Amino acid sequence: MDGIEAWFLDLYHTTGINLTIVYDAFDRERFLWGLLNTVILSVICLVFSVIIGIIGAWLLGARHAIPRRIVQAYVQFFRNTPPLVQMYFFFFALGPMFMTTVERHVGQMVFVSETPLLTSFHWAVISLSFFAGAFNVEIFRSGIEAVPRSTIEAAEALGMSRWQIYRDVILPLAFRICLPALNNNLVNLVKTTTLAYAIAVPELLYMSNQIWSDSVNVPEMMTVLLFVYVGLVAILVFAMQRWERAMKLPGFGR
Amino acid sequence: MKKLFTGVCVAAALSLSGQAALADVLDDIAERGVLRVGVKADYPPYGYLDEAGNIVGIEPALAQDVADLLGVELELIPVVSSNRMQFLEQGRIDLMIATMTDRNDRREVVQIVDPNYYSSGTNILAPTAAGLTEWEQLDGLPVCGIQGAFYNRKTEEEFGAEIVAFTGTAEALAALQQGTCVAFVYDDSFLISRLSEPEWADYEMPLQTIDDAPWGLAVALGEDRFAELMSGMIVNWHLSGRILALETEYGVDNTPFAERMHQLFLDINPSIER
Repeated sequence: MDGIEAWFLDLYHTTGINLTIVYDAFDRERFLWGLLNTVILSVICLVFSVIIGIIGAWLLGARHAIPRRIVQAYVQFFRNTPPLVQMYFFFFALGPMFMTTVERHVGQMVFVSETPLLTSFHWAVISLSFFAGAFNVEIFRSGIEAVPRSTIEAAEALGMSRWQIYRDVILPLAFRICLPALNNNLVNLVKTTTLAYAIAVPELLYMSNQIWSDSVNVPEMMTVLLFVYVGLVAILVFAMQRWERAMKLPGFGR
Repeated sequence: MKKLFTGVCVAAALSLSGQAALADVLDDIAERGVLRVGVKADYPPYGYLDEAGNIVGIEPALAQDVADLLGVELELIPVVSSNRMQFLEQGRIDLMIATMTDRNDRREVVQIVDPNYYSSGTNILAPTAAGLTEWEQLDGLPVCGIQGAFYNRKTEEEFGAEIVAFTGTAEALAALQQGTCVAFVYDDSFLISRLSEPEWADYEMPLQTIDDAPWGLAVALGEDRFAELMSGMIVNWHLSGRILALETEYGVDNTPFAERMHQLFLDINPSIER
């Protein structure tokens, strides 16, 4: 490890390429912490947005008009507003409406103060999940509507209930149809997590910003950031393609 | 310091004799009957607009002192950080007193006068109820900051605070008021101007200012006679307690820098007290 650190320090002295995240323990820790936060934020939002998409698409097929209208309104609201504006709105406008008290130790004293119940990380999860979820609703709807009417009729003829048909026939087929579109949206979601820096979520862009401000190595950190996101998205795409292949039905969709 | 004091004596002697071989900006000012000073108009209490639209504040008051000494009228010209040195270079102002941090690269563009007349550093804005007194007490507490500020790392590394950094001061101040953090770490001169607003009545700037960076007033390059006069002026401001008095007048707690400079020059010439 020391050898690697020395090599990068030498690289800085000889070429001026300053990668503090390799040889400076403080910067390295910050960077890895940012990377971890980005991964956690992405994974949580991926899961929630898919769940929101599935439930939303199911409600869109409901018999009653009210749940359909609610889902339509939700999709319109979240799809028509920029995610950065949503994030600011949630954190600064909605955040103060839900307060809690905390005890903070200031030296020997205890300082009791009001603080928002949800942290910036929570609001980022909520905002990003609902944002990506709105698109997922539409993506799943496209998959559901592509399931042949005759297949559903066949299931009805077998005496399956509405829920059984949705769970065992429509959803498995719809999932396979809409996977490429879902892939696209989830890739976008991972990239959109960078917006959370605006409400001080210590994710990768936030940490990198702090590192390049302290170490004045803006071009180096920009390059590192770019490659890290290429890597992160590549892992996601690889996993999704494996999944796509594993779920392939012989003869379906050709 | 000895060298500085000698410089001051020389400056005083020069300004008294009032003779110079070549016409310079001092002659221009005398001929014009007007001293043009570039000051800030958006940085209370150092330079801001009063209700009548006049530029007032600590720096305009200092500018008035210079005009009074020269026996000419004062014309205040509002400048901003991005154009203040150009105003001086182009001769649109004779003197600049505009909250400018003294940096070596700036000394190459304009003539920054020694000694420094003021200084700002890093401090925090915190609710009075928190009762903070030491930087070390920030250990483990969430502290709001501005993304890219150089003291974030220090506050985190040396004092153990958890920095929550936003993109601008408005967001950080909102987060402080909403209780996301216990304090806001920023330039003390900015925090001082917030404290004068009723909105921040329950807040204080409780810690010892750190990372002091001095402010320099400046004349155009090559205006040595005016610079020497201003050196004497600044020493006199420190010595007589003029800057401390102006801070009090404009509702600012006396800054450690102004107190230190006052004491420093008193020690050199204790006779002033009599």
